[in-house]
Amino acid sequence: MSWWLTAIVFIPTIGVLVLLFAPPAREKFIRWWSFAVMTVGFLVSLPLFWLFDASTAAFQFIDKAPWIRSLGIDYHLGVDGISLLLVLLTTFLGPIVVLGSGSVTRHLKGYFISLLILQTGMLGAFVALDLFLFYVFWEVMLIPMYFIIGIWGGVARIYAAVKFFIYTMIGSLLMLIGILWIYFNTTVPGIGHTFDYTLLVQHANFPVQAQMWLFAAFALAFAIKVPMFPFHTWLPDAHVEAPTAGSVILAGVLLKLGTYGFIRFAMPLFPDAVVSFRPLMLALAVIGIIYGAIVSIAQKDMKKLVAYSSVSHLGFVMLGLFALNTQAVSGALIQMVNHGLSTGALFLLVGVVYDRRHTRLIADYGGIARFMPWYAVVFTAVALSSIGLPGLNGFIGEFLVLVGTYQAHPVWAIFAATGVILAAIYLLWMIRRVFFGELTHDENKSLTDLNAREWASLLPLLVFIVWIGVHPNTFLSKFTVSIQHFLAQTVQ
Amino acid sequence: MEHDVGHSVEMGYSIWLVLFPLIGLIVNGLLARRWPEKLVGWFGSLMIVGSFAIAVALFLQLSGLDPHDRVVHVSFFNWLHVGSLQLDFAFLIDPLSSVMMLVVTGISAIIHIYSIGYMHGDPRFRAFFSYLNLFVFFMLLLVLGNNYPIMFIGWEGVGLASYLLIGFWWEDMAKATAGMKAFIVNRIGDFGMLIAMFLMFKYLGSLNFADVFPRAAGVWGHSPDAGPVIAIGLMLLLGAVGKSAQFPLYVWLPDAMAGPTPVSALIHAATMVTAGVYMIARSAMFFTLAPTAMLIVALVGGFTALYAATIGIKQFDIKKVLAYSTVSQLGYMVMACGVAAFGSGIFHLMTHAFFKALLFLGSGAVIHTMHGAMHHVNDHTTDPQDIRNMGGLRKYAPVTFWTFLIATLAISGIPGFSGFFSKDEILAFSFAHGMQGGTLIPWIFGLVAAAITAFYMFRLVYLTFYGEYKGPEGGEPGLKESPPVMTVPLIVLAVLSVVGGYVGLPAVLGERLNVFKQWLDPVFHPAYEAARIHPAHPTISQEWALIGLSVIAALIGIVIAWNLYIRRGKVGLPDSAQRGFGRVLWAKYYVDEFYHAVFVRPLIGLCRIAWRFFDEKIVDGGLVHGSAKTVRWGGGVLRQLQNGIVGSYAVMLVIGVILVLLIVYF
Repeated sequence: MSWWLTAIVFIPTIGVLVLLFAPPAREKFIRWWSFAVMTVGFLVSLPLFWLFDASTAAFQFIDKAPWIRSLGIDYHLGVDGISLLLVLLTTFLGPIVVLGSGSVTRHLKGYFISLLILQTGMLGAFVALDLFLFYVFWEVMLIPMYFIIGIWGGVARIYAAVKFFIYTMIGSLLMLIGILWIYFNTTVPGIGHTFDYTLLVQHANFPVQAQMWLFAAFALAFAIKVPMFPFHTWLPDAHVEAPTAGSVILAGVLLKLGTYGFIRFAMPLFPDAVVSFRPLMLALAVIGIIYGAIVSIAQKDMKKLVAYSSVSHLGFVMLGLFALNTQAVSGALIQMVNHGLSTGALFLLVGVVYDRRHTRLIADYGGIARFMPWYAVVFTAVALSSIGLPGLNGFIGEFLVLVGTYQAHPVWAIFAATGVILAAIYLLWMIRRVFFGELTHDENKSLTDLNAREWASLLPLLVFIVWIGVHPNTFLSKFTVSIQHFLAQTVQ
Repeated sequence: MEHDVGHSVEMGYSIWLVLFPLIGLIVNGLLARRWPEKLVGWFGSLMIVGSFAIAVALFLQLSGLDPHDRVVHVSFFNWLHVGSLQLDFAFLIDPLSSVMMLVVTGISAIIHIYSIGYMHGDPRFRAFFSYLNLFVFFMLLLVLGNNYPIMFIGWEGVGLASYLLIGFWWEDMAKATAGMKAFIVNRIGDFGMLIAMFLMFKYLGSLNFADVFPRAAGVWGHSPDAGPVIAIGLMLLLGAVGKSAQFPLYVWLPDAMAGPTPVSALIHAATMVTAGVYMIARSAMFFTLAPTAMLIVALVGGFTALYAATIGIKQFDIKKVLAYSTVSQLGYMVMACGVAAFGSGIFHLMTHAFFKALLFLGSGAVIHTMHGAMHHVNDHTTDPQDIRNMGGLRKYAPVTFWTFLIATLAISGIPGFSGFFSKDEILAFSFAHGMQGGTLIPWIFGLVAAAITAFYMFRLVYLTFYGEYKGPEGGEPGLKESPPVMTVPLIVLAVLSVVGGYVGLPAVLGERLNVFKQWLDPVFHPAYEAARIHPAHPTISQEWALIGLSVIAALIGIVIAWNLYIRRGKVGLPDSAQRGFGRVLWAKYYVDEFYHAVFVRPLIGLCRIAWRFFDEKIVDGGLVHGSAKTVRWGGGVLRQLQNGIVGSYAVMLVIGVILVLLIVYF
C-alpha cells in the first residue's frame, strides 16, 4: 500500500489535469468536478483512521523512492499520530471548501485549479519526511493562496496578498538556509549528507550555538505562519480580503502548518535550543492568547473579529506545545483540529450573511435571528465551541493545554485561562449585536435562512464539533504514543 | 470512598436520567415541527416525569443498601484519557446526589407542567420546552458526574441553558443583554473552577471524586490550612460565587429575571443557582482541610444573605424582590457550608427549592392575572410586574394568594413551615461554630437578615394581595385566577413547602428525628474525619433560645411590615420620590453602575487602544511597515547607482577594478 499517501496527496493534482482541458464557460461542471475530486480525496484518506496503528510512534504507510539521488533527496512520505488527524482534517475540509465557494463567480476555472493545487501542497507538507520535499510542498502552497487572495479577494486584495506573500517568503527563506545548513553539517554513517527527516532526527547532534540559530530560523518561518504575536498582522488583512473559502483554508489548515512545523521539525531537531527559547515562546503564546482576545473585543468587522480570535486560539496551541508534557501537547494537537473545525465554520457562517448583504460590519446587522433562526442556532453553537463550552470540542483542547501547562508553569496557565473569559465576551457580544434586539436595518428584511448548500457545508463540521467534545478519546487515542515519542525526543 | 463498591449494584439504568431530557430536547427541538402546542408541552414534561421516576427508583434502591455501601459509581464510557489524567463519563450515586436529583427532577417536572399554561400562545413555545429539557439534562450531569470535569460539563451547560432562556425574548435588547451578562459573569466564576481543577491535578494527580478526596486527606490531613488546599477552596468558592450569585458576582441574577417566569422559578431560584452550594458540599473535604477558606465561605455567605436582603426592601418589581431574596437565601446555604454544616446547607437548598419555586410560580400567576386586567382595558403601558400597580389581588386569585402566603411564611421562618427548620438549623450551627472559637459574625448577619426577610416578604404580600386594587382603571373584571395547569403546581409546591421541613426536625426534639441529616451524614463523614473536626452542636438550652430568637426576629419583621402597609396603609413611592438611604437601596447600592464604570468601560477602552493604537500603529505600522519602508528606502538609495548612464558605469568599473587590485595586492 505504499502508493496510498501519494494517491491522497496527488488526487487533487489529477483533478487539475482534467480542469485544464475544461472549457471555462462550463461552470457547473467545474464546480461539480472539483467537489467530486475533493470528496474522492477525503474518502480515499478516510481508511487511514482505522488502519493506522496507534500503538507505535513509527511512521506508517511509508512511500519512499530516490528523487534527486546525487543530492540525497528522497521522495519520502509517511504519517504518524501527529500528522494523521491533520491529514484527515485537510481532506475533510476539501469538499467543504468547494461548497463554501458559491460566491466565487469570476475565473472559476483558475480558482478551482488554485484550490486543488493548494490542497496537494498542504497534504504534501503534512506527510513529507524529507526536508527538501517538505520545503517544496511548503512553497507550493504559497502561490495558489497568493492568487486566491489576490484575484478573488475583496477591495484591498492586492495589498493583503502581497503582505501575505512577502511575510511568508521571508520566513521560508530563513528556513531554507537552515535546511541547507543541516544538510551540509550532518553526516549519517553509510549514507552521507541527507535531507531525510527520520535519519536527521536520530543522528542530528548540532552544537548548542548552531541549534539556537537553526531554531530561530525555523521558528521564524513557523511563527509567521501560526501566526504568533507579534508576527500576526498579515492574518487579519489576509482573512478580511480572502474569499470565504480562502479564509476557511487559511484558518482551517494553513495556520496549522506553522504549529505542525514546530512539533515536527523545530522542536525535536533542536532540543537544546528549545530549552533556551521555551520561556520566550511561552510568553509570546500567552501574550497571543490575551492580546488576540482583547483586540477581538474591539472589532467592528465580523471576519476581522474571527481572524483575531485565531491569534488567541493558536496561542493555546503554542502554549501547549512548549509546556512539554503529555496533557498539554495532546491538548495542543487536538486544539489544532478544533480550531480548524470551529474557526473554519465561523468563516463559512460569516460568508453566509456576506453573500446576502455584502457587508461584514456588525453594525449593519441587528435582530436578524427573526429571519434566520437556524442560522442563529448554528452560529451560536459554533461560537460556543470556540468559547470552549464543555461538551463541545474547544473545551477538550483548552482544558488539556491549561491543565498540562499548570503542572509546569502555573502562572502562565492562570494568565492564559483569562482568555476563556475574554472569548465569551467577544463572541457573545458579537452574537448579541448581530442577532438580537430590534431590527435596525430594513435591508435585512430580505435575509433568508441557510440553504441546502450551506447546510451541507456546515453539518459535517457540527458533527465533529460535538463528537470531539462528547467522545474525545476516539481521537486522542490515535496520537498518545506519538506524543510520548515526541516528548522523549524533545525533553532530554 | 471506594471505587468498586458499585459492581454488585446494578444502576446502569441511571443513564435514563439524562437520556429522557435529551430525547425531549431532540424531539422537540428538531422533529416535532408540526406538533400542536399541547403535545409539545406534555411530551417535554413527560420526559422529565420519566427522569423523576428514575430518580425515585434510584433513591429507593440506594436507601435499601447498608449506609456504608451507598456510594455507587456507574461508568458508561472512557471520556478523556491522557497520560495520568483518566476521566470516565461516569455517575456517582450517593445520598447527596440522590437528594439533588430528586429535587431537580421533581421541581422540574412541576415547572414544565406549569409552563404549558404559562407559555401558551408563545410563538417559540417549542424552543422553550427544548431549552428547558436541555437545562434538565445538564443539571443532572452536574449533580451526577463522578469527577470534576463531568460536573463542569453540567456546570457550564446549565449556564448555556440559562443564557438561552434569559434571552428567550431576545427581540428586547435588554433581555438579550441580560443573558449575555449572566454567561460572562459566570465565566469569571468558571475561571475559578478551572484553576481549582488544575491545582487538584497538580497536587493530587487526579480529578475523580473517588481519588481526590482520600488523597487530599492523606496529603493535607496532618497539616491543615496548607497553601494549596486554601487555594483550591478559594477557587472553588469563586466558582460558587459566580453560579450561586454571591457577593460580588451576584449582579447577573436580578437581571436574569428578564427570562420567562417559569425559568426564574426553575433555574434562577430552585435548581441551577444552588449548584454552587452542591459543589461546595461535594467538595467538603477541601474546605474542612482549609479552615481559612471555610471562614471566607462563611463570611461571603453571611454577608450576601444580609446585603441582598436589604436591597429586597426597596424593590418594586415583584420578580426583583424575589431575585434578591434568592441571592439572600443562597447566602444562607453558602454560610452553612462555611460553618461545616454542609448537610444543613443542602437541607435549606431543598426547602428553598420548594418555597422559592412556589413564590416565583405564584408571581407568574400574579403577572398572568395582571395581564388579564390590562387586556380587559387594552392597556399596554402599565408594568404588570410592579407591585405599586397591584393591591387587593387576594379577592381575584385566591389560590395564588393562599399558596403565596404559605411560601412567604416558609421563607420567613415561621415554625411549622419548611423554611423554619432549615434556616433554624443553619443559624444554630453557625452560632455554635462561632462559640467554639470561630466568629459569630455570620450568625449575626444571618439573624438580622432573617428579620429583614420577613419584612420584605410581608411587604410584598401586603402590597400585592391586600389593600385597594391600583392597576389599570376599570380592569377589575379582567382579573382572574390562573388556569388549573398553573394552580395545581402551586398547590403541590405549597404542600411541599409545609411538609418538606419535617424530614429534618430540630435536635431539641430528638437527634434521631432528623432523618435528612442521618441520610446525608455519611457523605460528609470523611471530610470531618480527615480534619478531625465535628460540626459544633449547640446545647439544648442554647438551641431553644436560638429558636426563640429567630422566631422573634421574623415576627419583628412581619409586625413592622404590617404596621407600615396595613395599619398605616402606606403604598410604594414612585421612583422619583425615593430619597436618602432608601434611594441607595432602591438603586441596589449603585453596584451595577460601579462595575460599569470601573470594569466594563475601561476594558472596552483598553481593547480599542490595543487595536487602534498598539496593533495598527505600533505592530503593523511600526514593525511591519517600518521594515518595509526601510527596505524601500535602501532600494531607493541603491537604485541611484543603476541610472542607466554608461559613463557612470565605466567610472564605477574602474573604481572597482582599482579596489580589487588594492585588496588583492595589499
